[in-house]
Amino acid sequence: MMRKRLYNIGAILQGLGITFKFMFRRQPTVPYPSVMKQHAPRFHGLHELRRYADGKERCIGCELCSSACPANAITVIGAENAPEDRRSPGERYAARYEIDELRCIFCGLCEEACPTDAIVLTPRFEMSDYRRGSFIYSKDRLLVPPEAGVGTPPDERPNGIPADLGRVAEVKSTVDIAAGYSATNRGEVLKTHRRGLAG
Amino acid sequence: MDAVMNAAPLWVVILVKSAVLLLVVVTTFAYAMLFERKILAWMQLRPGPNRVGPWGLLQPAADAAKLILKEDLTPKTADPLIYRLAPFISLLTAFSVYAIIPFGASADGSAWAIGNVNAGILFVMAIASLGIYGISLGGWASGSKFPLLGSVRSTAQMISYELSMSLSFVGVLILAGTTSLDGIVNAQQRWWFLLPQFVGFVIYVITAVAETNRTPFDLVEAETELVGGFHTEYSGLRFGLFFIAEYVNMLTVACIATLLFLGGWNAPFGLGMVPGIVWFIAKVACFMFFYIWLRGTLPRFRYDRLMAFGWKVLLPIATLNLIATAVWVAYWGK
Amino acid sequence: MIAFWVISIVMVASAVATVTAKKPVYSVVALLLNFAALAALYITLSAEFLAVMQIIVYSGAILMLFLFVIALLSSGVSSFNVGPDRMPKAAIPAALVIAIALGFVVYGLSNASIATPAAPSGSALGPVGSADVFGSVSDFGKALFTTHLLPFEITALILMVAVVGVVLLAGDKTPFVGTRERAREVRREMREAILREGGVQ
Ligand code: SF4
Ligand code: SF4
Repeated sequence: MMRKRLYNIGAILQGLGITFKFMFRRQPTVPYPSVMKQHAPRFHGLHELRRYADGKERCIGCELCSSACPANAITVIGAENAPEDRRSPGERYAARYEIDELRCIFCGLCEEACPTDAIVLTPRFEMSDYRRGSFIYSKDRLLVPPEAGVGTPPDERPNGIPADLGRVAEVKSTVDIAAGYSATNRGEVLKTHRRGLAG
Repeated sequence: MDAVMNAAPLWVVILVKSAVLLLVVVTTFAYAMLFERKILAWMQLRPGPNRVGPWGLLQPAADAAKLILKEDLTPKTADPLIYRLAPFISLLTAFSVYAIIPFGASADGSAWAIGNVNAGILFVMAIASLGIYGISLGGWASGSKFPLLGSVRSTAQMISYELSMSLSFVGVLILAGTTSLDGIVNAQQRWWFLLPQFVGFVIYVITAVAETNRTPFDLVEAETELVGGFHTEYSGLRFGLFFIAEYVNMLTVACIATLLFLGGWNAPFGLGMVPGIVWFIAKVACFMFFYIWLRGTLPRFRYDRLMAFGWKVLLPIATLNLIATAVWVAYWGK
Repeated sequence: MIAFWVISIVMVASAVATVTAKKPVYSVVALLLNFAALAALYITLSAEFLAVMQIIVYSGAILMLFLFVIALLSSGVSSFNVGPDRMPKAAIPAALVIAIALGFVVYGLSNASIATPAAPSGSALGPVGSADVFGSVSDFGKALFTTHLLPFEITALILMVAVVGVVLLAGDKTPFVGTRERAREVRREMREAILREGGVQ
């Protein structure tokens, strides 16, 4: 009995030792708003609609993404391109394109389904807002402005096949990871550089 | 400075001293709280409060502002008069101990304190025993179940542990041969009472944690079972007052430990060039750290274990320690 | 002197409040105030040790237990049930007898020569009661353990008897068991005894 009790005092001292040691451990916490952690290269975040190098929209309004979407988050209404004002190289373009980011589960199936690689998921994830309506992203916020660049279109990849699957995300969207969207391994570099949409 | 002090009438001196001390204690409370949150956070691999001001140093101000701005609720079933009175009883008793705690001594040996009472340590005990009223009245007056349970627990706990605490004091009193606090400190110039009264010190540390209702003895406010214990119904500033009282009590207990067992403002190892007040503060800070360290380490006691521990382990050990000390002093001491 | 009057008024007022308060907890709070004022009165008489002890023992322990019980019994913050309005007839002679007895005491006190301290010192927490003053700790201790040792020990014994009595009256009726193994045995024996006697269906 007595020995058991004394043993317990030992346990208390051991516990005190552990907490003392932990006081000097490095904390894994990343103080988020001031320091950004780097995402995996293929992180599924906010969508964007890309353009070709000549400024034309990639989307041809085929609604494949909409039908592929398991969450029914995408609404596409296509329209014929007028000959004098061609929005996309194909016959049709998306007159309206809306994604409800509250419904979206960020699965990336829309990206898989798209025949022209128009819709892609970027690593951006800060889209909180106070009103539900503002989570419905329409073309004005999804479509990249012409000066934002084009990423790497599939037709410029060797054989049209992504050579390095692990790096696809780095080139698929217009977000320039190297330029500092995100950060080095423990996130010491601030998010100084934001390009593209959804600011 | 001394000339001014001698010229002014006694009550002015006491008033000024009290005001200064109050300010110091409240500031210490604020930073003790921040200190605790930081240390706990580090022990749990968190950064702790770091948003308000550099390293979170302005956090106490933010907390105070929040508490002041919050709504002051009084439940319908509460007893309004006593419900409002209770936090002030807690606060009053917590602060009035500082009337007699000496923090250092001038070269001529007079202690730095507002008042120097011959029965110093007894006075501290008397005031501390009144401190329970704040908790138990507050819990009763809230008119709901959890606070009542919390306050009943606290009453039983504090009464039980007060006994062992007093007994651990008496060992020191026998060695020092006086009950005045600066007398006790002066008696420790050669040896801290930590050495001859080690058992007493351990008992004091345990009972002190219990008296201030801190983990692992925080059954009074056990949030997992009693929501918030005696202060469940309190909000805003009244809750803040209880909060201040708890931390000020912690500080008191640390001061008493320093005065009684850790040699007060006496420097260890003949390091006399550092002023005594620095030693005093350093010792109090160490004790406070130990307190927080305990909180970061130990889980809460079960209630029956708490009582059994107090009455069946601490009290007998404290009594034996007292008898041993008395016998030692009577036959070999002095 | 001012201190005496202020404290006296507080004491009388709180004593009256103790008796007349509708809620038992209010009585306790008033009594607490009364005790505190009494302690203050002791301090003005330089009986510092007595003052402190008064607070520790009466306010800190005994009154606390009162509150403990009252809080548990009247947890619903309810008032006393109001009793009959009129005092019983017997109260009048009882009050008279007590008043006369108190009068004798006061008369006796005023004639007796009690060693009063020369003057209560000015500040409440000033240099009251240095070691050799009347009412100091050592003085009190010497008186208690030399001159009055026998009454002191007898009082201790009486209190002890009370404690033992309480334990006997209110104590746990289950037999004392030293260890868990023994407790298990006791439980099994009790179970078997119940079964033997036909169970408790
Ligand atoms: S990521 Fe998935 S859920 Fe979101 S829009 Fe694309 S297909 Fe729909
Ligand atoms: S984004 Fe792609 S899949 Fe969707 S409508 Fe446009 S072209 Fe079709």
